[in-house]
Amino acid sequence: MIQTLIHLLVLLVLPPLLLGFINKTKALFAGRRGPPLLQVYFDISKLLRKGLVLSETTTWVFRAGPIVTLASVALAGLLVPLGSPLAPVAFAGDMILFAYLLGLARFFTTAAALDTGSAFEGMGSAREVTFACLSEPALFFVFLALAKQTGSLSLGAMLGASSLPFSAAFAAPLVLVCLGLFVIILAETCRIPVDDPTTHLELTMIHEAMILDHGGPLLGIIEYGSAMKLLVLESLLLRLVLPLRFESAWLEWGFFVAQALLLSVAIGVVESIMARLRMRRVPYLLTGALLLCGSGFVLLVR
Amino acid sequence: MNRDDIPLAGLINGGAASLASVPSMSSERLAEVVCEGIGMGLRISAYFGATAADGGTELFAILADDERNKLYAGRARAEGKGFPSIAREHPQAQLFEREIAEQFGLAPEGHPWLKPVRRLQAGGFYRVEGEQVHEVAVGPVHAGVIEPGHFRFQCHGERVFHLEIALGYQHRGVEQALIGGPDRRSPHYAETAAGDATIAHATSYCQIVEALSKRRKSARAQAIGAIALELERLANHVGDLGAISGDVGFLPTASFCGRIRGEFLNMTALLCGNRFGRGLVLVGGLRYDLDEARAAELLERLDSGERDASVAIRLLWDTQSVMARLEDTGRISRDDAARLGLVGPAARASGLSRDIRSDQPTGIYRLTQMPVSTYDSGDVLGRAFVRWLEIQQSIAFIRELVVSLPSGDIRAAPGLPPAGLAPATLAVALNEGWRGEVCHVAITDADGAFSRYKIVDPSFHNWPALAYCLRDQEISDFPLCNKSFNLSYCGHDL
Repeated sequence: MIQTLIHLLVLLVLPPLLLGFINKTKALFAGRRGPPLLQVYFDISKLLRKGLVLSETTTWVFRAGPIVTLASVALAGLLVPLGSPLAPVAFAGDMILFAYLLGLARFFTTAAALDTGSAFEGMGSAREVTFACLSEPALFFVFLALAKQTGSLSLGAMLGASSLPFSAAFAAPLVLVCLGLFVIILAETCRIPVDDPTTHLELTMIHEAMILDHGGPLLGIIEYGSAMKLLVLESLLLRLVLPLRFESAWLEWGFFVAQALLLSVAIGVVESIMARLRMRRVPYLLTGALLLCGSGFVLLVR
Repeated sequence: MNRDDIPLAGLINGGAASLASVPSMSSERLAEVVCEGIGMGLRISAYFGATAADGGTELFAILADDERNKLYAGRARAEGKGFPSIAREHPQAQLFEREIAEQFGLAPEGHPWLKPVRRLQAGGFYRVEGEQVHEVAVGPVHAGVIEPGHFRFQCHGERVFHLEIALGYQHRGVEQALIGGPDRRSPHYAETAAGDATIAHATSYCQIVEALSKRRKSARAQAIGAIALELERLANHVGDLGAISGDVGFLPTASFCGRIRGEFLNMTALLCGNRFGRGLVLVGGLRYDLDEARAAELLERLDSGERDASVAIRLLWDTQSVMARLEDTGRISRDDAARLGLVGPAARASGLSRDIRSDQPTGIYRLTQMPVSTYDSGDVLGRAFVRWLEIQQSIAFIRELVVSLPSGDIRAAPGLPPAGLAPATLAVALNEGWRGEVCHVAITDADGAFSRYKIVDPSFHNWPALAYCLRDQEISDFPLCNKSFNLSYCGHDL
């Protein structure tokens, strides 16, 4: 019970801090002091207190989009183990639910964007969905590889509940899968080299283009939701790379939070030292991720 | 016909010729001569209409011969409602002809795409039909803090079939305001024609008045003016490279160049107290001298600016992901660049050797050999790399000038130019601003006041190239291509 409460607490409170760490890292690389680590919390709370302007052409879909998206991501967050090896909700096959909760979130984000009828948002949605065609199967290959290795169809069991250490034969596939998963995280959370979360250039945006018409509380919910998605996806990778167990539950949670922040710093470093890919090249990167994850799986079934 | 017997009046840059010496011909003949000239490798520097003393309209063409360091001027009386179009054969004339049509109600006969340049009207955009073609409209209000312009894309998915650019939102009537001058306001109109090229425009304006009043800047004033012009180039080139880097999401160079641009602007402020060089260049002289203490400080700051800029900019060329992004984006071939009449770094990036500082030098540039920095790729990388080459050259040139500043006075006689400019005279002044050729042409009436003052900002030559280079590119590459040209909206709109 306590574990579940902590899980909820971390899931709800931690996400904006991850963005804070990414932004701080980028600022340091750029020779700036950067915004405070808690800036994203301030931004979201500011947005939530603002008024809402709705375009006359939009319908309920536009308003439901951010809320359904946030709800789906939060539910997905209940299916993955964070600090403790047990997820609050677990059943055989929950990995399918996990993938499609993210899919549902994407569907509603793009539907809300299309609802505005704006050319930019249509473009953003088209890009988002196109790239998802590659990142989603890659994610499934990750799950397949894990299911093959652990013999379980539940995320909780795959990601560390089984106390068995991974066998040496899993080392090579694990490396491939983790590399692929890292690329998927960058793509799904709209980071460089796939998308540039800080750009103001409408024509180059992917995720940002879809939320151009959202403002106030709806925008706050979107920002919060995408931060949470970052945490949820990061936890997949973290539980794979460092499935360390500690005696104390507190230590385990502390370790998890530290890892998540560290991974955010790593994402910040990637963003700082490389330029964005040309839009045409993004599918190559995602195909690469797909192949990495796929090869990992193939190595296991041979 | 060869270059020796072009039936137009020969001029040198910064020179004046009496109107009587500029041959007048029929508009058909003028179009013919201009077309032949372009065929021989000349290019149009300015082509505009003017109201003659008797109320009729005259067309003036200024051609530049970069190989022989010469300019040609010709004029034609426009009879009837139109004049033959040059743009039919030579696209570089198309904006000029549209401008004449807009300002004087004369129709260029056979112009392929006749519509207003600055006076906006609804519709009138080229449109690609088809179910899968979609139209994207951007601006005039943009997400960033930039000037207003409207961009209309015809796309198929991510691919751009056609881009049309509609400007005119910044039209302030600069040329009209200069008519009747020069007066106390005139230099300020010239300086703010395009605020980021203050020195280039102010220098051209002053050269015009100097040519018409037979005055000249002292060697020292010319040298310090050149330092200011190069500092303007440095600040803008460094800023542009930072902006290009920001557009591709490469942070380090983006943020460092933003700061280093400020350092170069501050060097201009060291010269004259204003970061953009407002008020520095006067007719016949300069407002401020560069004393030894400040010259020493300028050299010192230049050293540190060069060090910082080198580190930040070399990082661009050393980062593969940046190079992959810049290469092959928005390519313009050498032939297309010549046909479109590109100027400045954009032309040089496509391999055209075009630089007023070496082709049509005036002032101190006549005494120095300024190598033209070219690159052959014609893409965003080329335009970025030419800027880097020019940054290094400008720094070296400033250093050279500062250590060997000619002695003498820099001051002009204060106040208005002495009574009367030469009456009924045409004067032309070109300067290589950081964007390219800044062309000013003035025509005086019988009393020696401006009856027509034409400003051609380099942006006017280059805007169509931006639209052109987007063809068959991805729409997401537009902001990057736009940054690589970094054209002026107000310089175009005037």
